Amino acid sequence: MRFQIPIGPQHPALKEPIGLRITVEGEIIRDADIRLGYNHRGIEKLAEQKTWIQNIYLTERICGICSHSHTTCYVQGVEKLMELQPPKRGLYIRTLVAELERVHSHLLWLGVAGHEAGFDSFFMYTWRDREIVMDILERISGNRVHYGINTIGGVRRDLDELQVKYILDSLEILRKRSEYYKNLGTTEPSFVARLAGVGYLSKEDAIALCAVGPTLRASGVPMDVRKDDPYAVYDEVPFEVCTADTCDVLGRAVVRIKELFQSYNIIEYLLKNLPAGEIAVKAPRRAKPNEVVSRYEAPRGENIHYIKSNGTDKPERLKVRAPTLANYAATIKMLKNGFIADVPLIFAAIDPCICCAERAVAIVDARTGQEKVVPMNILKQISQKISANKERKREAEWPL
Amino acid sequence: MATLKTLIYLVIYPGLLFLFIYSTFCEWYDRKLYARFQNRMGPTHTGRWGLLQPIADFFKLMAKEDIVPERADKGMFSALPAFGLAIVSTAMLLLPVWNYSLDRPSLTSFNGDIIVLLYLLSLPTFIFFLAGWSSTNLFSTVGAARVLTMLFGYEVPLFLSVLSPAVLANSWRLAEIAAFYRQHPLLILVNLLGFLIALICVQAKLERTPFDIPHAETEIVGGTFTEYSGKKLALFRLMQDVEMVVAAGLLATVFLGGFPGGPLVGLINFVIKTLFVIFFLTLIRATTSRIRVDQVVSFSWKYLAPLAVLQLLIVILVKGLIS
Repeated sequence: MRFQIPIGPQHPALKEPIGLRITVEGEIIRDADIRLGYNHRGIEKLAEQKTWIQNIYLTERICGICSHSHTTCYVQGVEKLMELQPPKRGLYIRTLVAELERVHSHLLWLGVAGHEAGFDSFFMYTWRDREIVMDILERISGNRVHYGINTIGGVRRDLDELQVKYILDSLEILRKRSEYYKNLGTTEPSFVARLAGVGYLSKEDAIALCAVGPTLRASGVPMDVRKDDPYAVYDEVPFEVCTADTCDVLGRAVVRIKELFQSYNIIEYLLKNLPAGEIAVKAPRRAKPNEVVSRYEAPRGENIHYIKSNGTDKPERLKVRAPTLANYAATIKMLKNGFIADVPLIFAAIDPCICCAERAVAIVDARTGQEKVVPMNILKQISQKISANKERKREAEWPL
Repeated sequence: MATLKTLIYLVIYPGLLFLFIYSTFCEWYDRKLYARFQNRMGPTHTGRWGLLQPIADFFKLMAKEDIVPERADKGMFSALPAFGLAIVSTAMLLLPVWNYSLDRPSLTSFNGDIIVLLYLLSLPTFIFFLAGWSSTNLFSTVGAARVLTMLFGYEVPLFLSVLSPAVLANSWRLAEIAAFYRQHPLLILVNLLGFLIALICVQAKLERTPFDIPHAETEIVGGTFTEYSGKKLALFRLMQDVEMVVAAGLLATVFLGGFPGGPLVGLINFVIKTLFVIFFLTLIRATTSRIRVDQVVSFSWKYLAPLAVLQLLIVILVKGLIS
């Protein structure tokens, strides 16, 4: 017997609204369909009304986890448009924050994976230790999530000796704890039984479906923007691209844990080789008419910003391709022929950041199933028409 | 006078009131331990050390709005929580704590009561299944199917491992089994393997991690309980707490020599031994992740059932040796 299970838009496994329509036979998934658009915020449109500087803080708010990824991606593009070369020290600090963000994102993901697999102890432990890296970020920038450290032409805050020492000390604790999670995550029998062989994505499929980030690397494709198209100072920092060849959720976990250690090495290298000098150069207010594509390896995969300028102090167009969007096609492939029990795990394994990937809204007629894309003012008119003659519902009553 | 005594026996001690207080205490103990294992504080706010938290939760749920789904089988949907609580409370009366004399079998302690107790512990599983099924919610239906699928896995190993000490003790009466192991404490070691198997099976019966599959929140929301709210959910939660106490009591009776020493010392024995068993249940809960329902069945039949048979063989051999 086939029936459809709706996972989302509201579901405990999802931290953000997304619709997964899953057709199952018993416990086995036969088909899956992803519906987006529940969390559209119109950021791209908003960006066209704000200045280059204001947009840094707007792009930062695209994502609550990889906020630095989006600003860096944007700022790099704008720097190219304005033909600026940020000073070395600024780039080092920018890269440092980027790697710290990767650490906190991967630790967060490990916890989420534990929670989705019903391993709440793992979740509690990893999130406790994530606080260490959050504290480091707070020391550097004053904030835990939206660091606001990037500016066009460099960074806004410098590091002092005390901060460097503090980060290096904390790094030792993080290394030790990550070693423990590496052992736990790859040897705990019930946890491994849940992850191994789940959500298989072959190398060919991963490439054909344009998967990015740890999802792609776990299928054995060593593709990483930091290596392939180095930005900031990645061309002088020694590190390896981590891959796994199991092509399943366990592989994705292993890749992320390996990347944690690579990030620790990068952070240590950056701190020990921090050049002296300025942290930023002054940026002009306008950019010449041009267009640019900026790539950045976010914790979740390749992040792309396309920016077009028209000679004013505002961009003419900002297009954001968040890594999650690139992974959706592969997710459908991974879900097919799996178990219902694995849906949250497979979906969580791409580390979805749903609101980052919301770029459009489609209006679906509930009765006919017809889809259409409409401008905002028409949408307003439709909603006014629907609600015009309706009585206001009464508030819920107290049951006693 | 006799009526009054029976009433006190049923309602206050060791009946409903005591059961309510003790089972909520066990929930607190379980939650606190689980939290400490996870480097958290656990309940701290309500009462000293958060001791009253489960009771507060119970009354809060009682006061909440009670919704019955439109398409549900309304009679069944509403009756099931009360039935479930009644069943596990009845099972509690069969535990040989205060209410038995070894020589005179009575209504609460008779030859074959171990079978009745196991039967009464099987019924809650069906209550959960029916609860999920009569809700007609998709998530509940999937949860209900999972409840039954799991039952096929753990029930046989549980019966085998709980009954093998009875075979060695040559009795089907809980009080006599406990008395036998008190007389021959060394023979408890023979059943160590069975104790382990029974612990795992009880964990599955109580639907706790790694077997919390029927109400795995990240997969099927509330599972069997998705549609339940208010008083009915409160009763179900109380029922699960009581079930935990009864199951821990059963294991303590069969494997750990029961609760000797009359009303007061017996009670202390009861508390210590059940908390000892619950400690292990919580340990399993804190150190594992949820497995899939097909993995439960294959794990049970590949490992638990053969080991339970091995335990039975050991018991038969030992019985031959000592007689």
